[in-house]
Amino acid sequence: MAFIRFSDRPTFRNPWAEFERIRQGLDELSKTYVEKGKTPGPANVFPALNIYEEPDRLLITAELPGVKTTDLDLSIEGETLTIQGQRSGGDSETGASYHRREIQYGSFSRAVTLPVKVDTETIAAKLTNGILTVTLLKASAVTPRQIKVTAE
Amino acid sequence: MSEQEMKFQEKKTATPDGEATKNQLYFAPHVDIFETEQEVTVVADIPGVGPDGVELSLEKNILTIQGRRSTAGKPVGRLILEEYEIGDYLRRFTVTETIDQDKIEATLANGVLKVCLPKAVPAQPKKIEVRIG
Repeated sequence: MAFIRFSDRPTFRNPWAEFERIRQGLDELSKTYVEKGKTPGPANVFPALNIYEEPDRLLITAELPGVKTTDLDLSIEGETLTIQGQRSGGDSETGASYHRREIQYGSFSRAVTLPVKVDTETIAAKLTNGILTVTLLKASAVTPRQIKVTAE
Repeated sequence: MSEQEMKFQEKKTATPDGEATKNQLYFAPHVDIFETEQEVTVVADIPGVGPDGVELSLEKNILTIQGRRSTAGKPVGRLILEEYEIGDYLRRFTVTETIDQDKIEATLANGVLKVCLPKAVPAQPKKIEVRIG
């Protein structure tokens, strides 16, 4: 028979400590899951956008295959950029039988709030191979400015 | 048709034959395929691919569409919002019709590839006249 001496026991044992440990473990697990799993974010609106930030400008890209420049309408109001347009076509050709119809046709509209103030006068947009790239120069007030250090 | 509002479509990844040595991301482009009496037409969305990046082949009735994105003009800078991923395109189809291989035509406009596969005209049965002689 084993004797357990009273002094071998921990002086104070928190019964909730184990729960706390499990909770922390779960927190860590969910954190890594969120970081790893690429969530589509607030997308689900066509077109999906990628925004790149450079020190002096913002680049917004979108995949718009089959959209003509004449069917695309961009506008900026304050800090909201609106992309509107339509993809025409898709009408069934006479005498053709369709095997697959995966491509969507129709109109789209998306507004995006810009994270920084931009110079609305110098916005450039181009459409190459079905990819729209909008270049927005940051307003001079938010462009990082080099500060020269002088020795005295 | 144009009244319809377009919805966001998730890009589906495609896997090439065998394992690639490079960790390359491939997407299966969305396609429309329709057929008339004369030809089969495949329309595929491959935004970001220039005319030099398209590889088409028809081998043993398998049509392979491959599109490589040009890396030129790729934006640099910190990505602050990423709703779509960038990758190359790959998709294969088995063509059941007999295709006239010499007359395949493909056009690329605004990131949309259109491939016309004319059906081969079946050889006309030759009539052999029997002369009475």
